[in-house]
Amino acid sequence: MKRFIIKEFLHIFRDVRSMVILFGMPLVQVLLFGFAITNEIRDAKVSIVDPTPDVVTHAIRNKLFASGFFIESEILNSQEEISENFRKGESKMVVIFENDFSGKMERGEHPTIQLIADASDPNTASMLVNYSNGIISEFNRGQQASSGFPLIIAEPRMIYNPALKGVYMFVPGIITILLMLVSAMMTSISIAREKELGTMEVLLVSPLKPFNIIAGKVIPYVLLSFINAISILLLSYYVFGVPVKGSIILLLAESILFIILALSLGIFISTIANNQQTAMMLSMFAMMLPTILLSGFIFPIENMPEVLQWLSLAMPPRWFIQIIKSIMLKGSGINYFWKETLILAFMAMVFIVASIRKFKIRLA
Amino acid sequence: MRTIFYIMQKEFIQVFRNRMMLPIIFLMPVIQLLILSFAVTYEIKQIRLYITDIDNSVASRSLLQHFRSSPFYQIEGESKNAAEGMENIRKGTVHQMICILPGFEKNLAKGVPAKVQIINDAINGSAAALMNAYTVSIIGNYNQGIIAEAVPEAQPVVKINWLYWFNPELDYKTYMIPGILVLLVTIIGMFLAGMNVVREKEIGTIEQINVTPIKKYQFIAGKLIPFWIIALFDLAAGLLMARFFFSIPILGNIFLIFLVASVYLIVVMGIGLFISTVTNTQQQSMFLAWFFLVVFILMSGLFTPVESMPQWARNINVINPIAYFIRMIRMIMLKGSGFQDIVKHLIYLALYGITILSLAVWRYRKTT
Repeated sequence: MKRFIIKEFLHIFRDVRSMVILFGMPLVQVLLFGFAITNEIRDAKVSIVDPTPDVVTHAIRNKLFASGFFIESEILNSQEEISENFRKGESKMVVIFENDFSGKMERGEHPTIQLIADASDPNTASMLVNYSNGIISEFNRGQQASSGFPLIIAEPRMIYNPALKGVYMFVPGIITILLMLVSAMMTSISIAREKELGTMEVLLVSPLKPFNIIAGKVIPYVLLSFINAISILLLSYYVFGVPVKGSIILLLAESILFIILALSLGIFISTIANNQQTAMMLSMFAMMLPTILLSGFIFPIENMPEVLQWLSLAMPPRWFIQIIKSIMLKGSGINYFWKETLILAFMAMVFIVASIRKFKIRLA
Repeated sequence: MRTIFYIMQKEFIQVFRNRMMLPIIFLMPVIQLLILSFAVTYEIKQIRLYITDIDNSVASRSLLQHFRSSPFYQIEGESKNAAEGMENIRKGTVHQMICILPGFEKNLAKGVPAKVQIINDAINGSAAALMNAYTVSIIGNYNQGIIAEAVPEAQPVVKINWLYWFNPELDYKTYMIPGILVLLVTIIGMFLAGMNVVREKEIGTIEQINVTPIKKYQFIAGKLIPFWIIALFDLAAGLLMARFFFSIPILGNIFLIFLVASVYLIVVMGIGLFISTVTNTQQQSMFLAWFFLVVFILMSGLFTPVESMPQWARNINVINPIAYFIRMIRMIMLKGSGFQDIVKHLIYLALYGITILSLAVWRYRKTT
């Protein structure tokens, strides 16, 4: 048993290229994504139609572009140019000022600003409209001057993430996805590889029991993934300033549990697949999109249709993301997520038992 | 030419022989498209709200009535104890708490601004900002109501109206499905085609091909073309589903989509092939390919807007084939962009394809 684990370690460490990929890539990915991925709106290209530019329209334009949400793309001469502008993808929104804007304002009429958003990206479109709406309303309020009426003032407080940083949302998600996919892929390929190259026969005729073979396959990878998890956590703490408010030991323990789960899923896949390519397609193709989409990593689960919400219950990453968010960002203790932990443990058990049973059939 | 044909035949036989692989290639994309398309939405349907009304006066109840009657809010709990609301936020059962402090009504009557606290669970920053804006705007409307009662002529100076073009209902599926289609095509192109060569390397069968008089270009063409066909076939199936099942409009020319896809596939297959020439085992090449795939996907603008990324990240996208294809397929399908609108991107993509494919062919050695 011990020697078998040593053999596995040798297999892994001998292959320098794979080692570099295994340890280097998750780090590069966390760095890239942590910096690059955000669903906030910044620098969206906005074009302007302003037939009679004057002081007021300039003031409003300046207000819009000073917000940081928009950058000026083009000044269009007429409404007809809008559709071409959109088709070429040169702007995301067009702001149209009415003719004789300040004149109308002075006369006490109410000139109109029209916003046309390219809603082929609905999310960005509605955010852009919301933001500009807010900015223009603020301009209105400034014009109305203060009225001495009793008003209700809303005092918003953003807890857990006062600066509304996107990293807080994405880092836990990225850790989860990387651990899940890398771990599952590693093990599933490693067993399928022995099958494909024919060395599995040798293992099967050896006195090792299925349990031993599986344990021997899993243990080295638990260590490797664990190192990966730690380095990702260090990065997110020191580079992105994502806090770990709760207990670090608890966080690491939960990570190990999740790694074991992912690895056992990988083993389960490899007992079904007959070669590396199939194993890889299963662990990647079949799992990647569901892990990204149904785990609450990018898209909040509660917005999904009911059926998918049910389906997401079966996704291990969903539970793990909840756990690490609670520990890292909310600083909660185990009493807040013992249920999630139990679910993960149960899933791991199911996969381990299932793969040992599947494995026996092969022995016979 | 006949040689290429024989290699293609061999590849097709190998694909169709593998009973496990067939459903993965043909069924999985369809199922994923069917299921996952419903998952991708940022739209907030309901805000789970906790109400802490310590003042419990006529004024506070009248304000809160606006939240109770709105279908966007689901009242999850209510008490006079703010700590209880905070506990609910921590447990994750509640998104937002509105807290009305004592003296609310008194202040309003005295003409002193009355404060309402809105506490948001901001871990998902952008969602929190949206929910907050929603609540603030309801309070703002309530304010306007108070003002209008006092001074009926007060009206906003500038009026705003807005239009959403191309997708007036803001249906998120319309936006995502073309993108998911791209992904499915990519995975088939990059993995199946690319990994194929390294597989022969690892098993050793490549030696047998190397000793035959088959030329380099024949071998590579024979390897790639079958998967090129399979991927285009998958794309066609996906487009049919998008059109007839999801009723996504295809405003542009469908042949233009296939033209773009054909060029695009050359790029991803070139990348796959290049990876398999620089690696020795399937494991290595899969990890490498997987790495690029995940980076390409998440940076492509499929899920998050490209414009929000910092400049250096947008520069990386110059070598991101998925970003090109997603931009183009969305333009063609949703906005009806024509050849002239996308020709610039298409030329870049074609140059990219030629470069990477020649690199891969050059790196591929018949001798080991």
